[in-house]
Amino acid sequence: MTIAGPAAENVDVAARPEPPAAKRNKIKTGEGRLALMLVAPTIALLGLIVGYPIVKAIYNSFLSDSQKIDPVTGQFKPPGAWTGLTNYKHWLLQQCPSGAGKVVSCPTGNLGAEFWRSIEVTVGFTVVTVVLETVIGMIFALMMNRAFKGRALVRAAILIPWAIPTAVTAKLWSVVFDPQGILNKLLGTHYAWTSSTWPARSAIVIADVWKTTPFIALLILAGLQGISADIYESAKVDGANAWQRFVKITLPLVKPALAVAVIFRTLDVLRMYDLPWILTGGANGTTTVSILVVKQLHSGVYSASALSTIAFIFIFAIALGMVRLFNANIVGTPGKGGK
Amino acid sequence: MTAMAHTSTASSAATLSELDARPRRRFSAGNLATLAVIALIIIWCLAPFYWMLVLAFRNKAYTFDTTPWFTHVSFDNFRYAFNTTDNKFGRSLFNSVLIGSVVTFLAMTIGVFAGYAMARLSFRGKGAVLAAILGASMFPGVAILTPLFQLFADFGWLGTYQSLILPQISFSLPLAVYTLTSFFSDMPWELEQAARVDGATPGQAFRLVIFPLAAPALFTTAILVFLASWNEYLLSSVLSNGNAKVAPSTVALANFTAGPHVVPYTQTMAAGIVVTVPLVIVVLLFQRRIVSGLTAGGVKG
Repeated sequence: MTIAGPAAENVDVAARPEPPAAKRNKIKTGEGRLALMLVAPTIALLGLIVGYPIVKAIYNSFLSDSQKIDPVTGQFKPPGAWTGLTNYKHWLLQQCPSGAGKVVSCPTGNLGAEFWRSIEVTVGFTVVTVVLETVIGMIFALMMNRAFKGRALVRAAILIPWAIPTAVTAKLWSVVFDPQGILNKLLGTHYAWTSSTWPARSAIVIADVWKTTPFIALLILAGLQGISADIYESAKVDGANAWQRFVKITLPLVKPALAVAVIFRTLDVLRMYDLPWILTGGANGTTTVSILVVKQLHSGVYSASALSTIAFIFIFAIALGMVRLFNANIVGTPGKGGK
Repeated sequence: MTAMAHTSTASSAATLSELDARPRRRFSAGNLATLAVIALIIIWCLAPFYWMLVLAFRNKAYTFDTTPWFTHVSFDNFRYAFNTTDNKFGRSLFNSVLIGSVVTFLAMTIGVFAGYAMARLSFRGKGAVLAAILGASMFPGVAILTPLFQLFADFGWLGTYQSLILPQISFSLPLAVYTLTSFFSDMPWELEQAARVDGATPGQAFRLVIFPLAAPALFTTAILVFLASWNEYLLSSVLSNGNAKVAPSTVALANFTAGPHVVPYTQTMAAGIVVTVPLVIVVLLFQRRIVSGLTAGGVKG
């Protein structure tokens, strides 16, 4: 076996004449134009619904929400006057306008003062939930991969939290976490889960982990199922123990699927809104950046634009960083597709 | 942070011991451990859903009764949920179906062409197009929400169907294109080649050969897009602007009320069951397809 294995592989590699690549690289006349026609509606629509608003938000972020008296004419200027970096200073440096046209440090209770805390909360949620979901998702996937009889049943069970809308999930857990609710009864505790900082945060993390671990587990499982059992067998023959097999075989081979899952989840949690908003209303140290934007929206659109632009740059930078870090091919298909 | 560190070490320790258990031997300790963990997973996934079901059918006077099976069974909660004086829940279900259908239709009809081109045709700038589509889906909803809020306010569109439908294209169209691209990449293109050799144009090859083969992929993608639309909350909650006549069910559920100072738990659970059960049925019926759709993009690496 050990000799036949690699030999057969060599033959296989040598015999493979790479027909798909050859077929693919031939660019036929007219194909480019057809492709352009097929892709154009998507690009146009996304440009209109995503591109335009984002450009508009960046422009708006330099405008002022407040009515000011023009020093030259002495008349009121309506909201929307050019104000440079004021909105950014408001959020990043917590500068608030005071009466006499000066800036002071934002008082507590002002939304500006909540900015850095909301970043901390968002990053905290992201790190904790993604780590928990990855570890638990890995356990789910390993178990599902091993269970031959119960696999369909587990898959059905695991899809149920995934299928429940987040808004419903939030309501469901708000009942579970009620001071008189079943969780306190089960634990024999009397926490007011959603009305103090750490229990509220834990409640959100627990609800989020419950809802989205299945997604990660399914992605990892798909990766696991692509690993041939022969590799494990030969590693066993060579004397690798279970942990070594996990670290040296499973992890590297499942890494592409894992990287995609982790990146998607990270981006998702960074913009988390529904769950904390419905569960705690953003109270008790659970205001995420998205919640802060929506709160600000009703008290000043231009300032909210600056905040959403900061959020967008922040998330985009993290996304790029993660793609680099994992060297992930999120795109997956083109170039090496059609395998 | 300390809590996190604790849990993650505990979890990885669990992974270790589970891996140590020998898998292949029948009736061994390892097998039993696997079964136990599987049972735990199933309980963890189903228990909260089960509890929602139990409370939905429980007389509201017994909201905090923790009897774990169906007691004090009552249908009043469902009757209350559809009572239109306090909530427009029934209407919101219609709105969700309407919004979801239109969004799915738009995303699919436009996305299918892009998906085909991305998977199948070689053209200059393909990488940039894919990056743009993927990038569009990664934007935080709030980044497009603020300008859209302002824009729709100017149009007088806040609280209208179009203000709820159009923004959902931002995530549903990339989802459709992305999933379809993955599916299309895995199809038997030799058949298309054969059609081309027989003189079909690329367009004919698509219509006559590929489209019938692609039907299951289209169906799965449509389900995923519809689910995404059905679950959307952030954009809808802001852009419906308090107009319960057009708000989808997620918004109605979040605002579910039974008057001041009352927390209508059992009634909310009944409404939640109504929102969820159709999805659960669809997901369970088509679970193989949905899983393949979910993982289509992920496993290529």
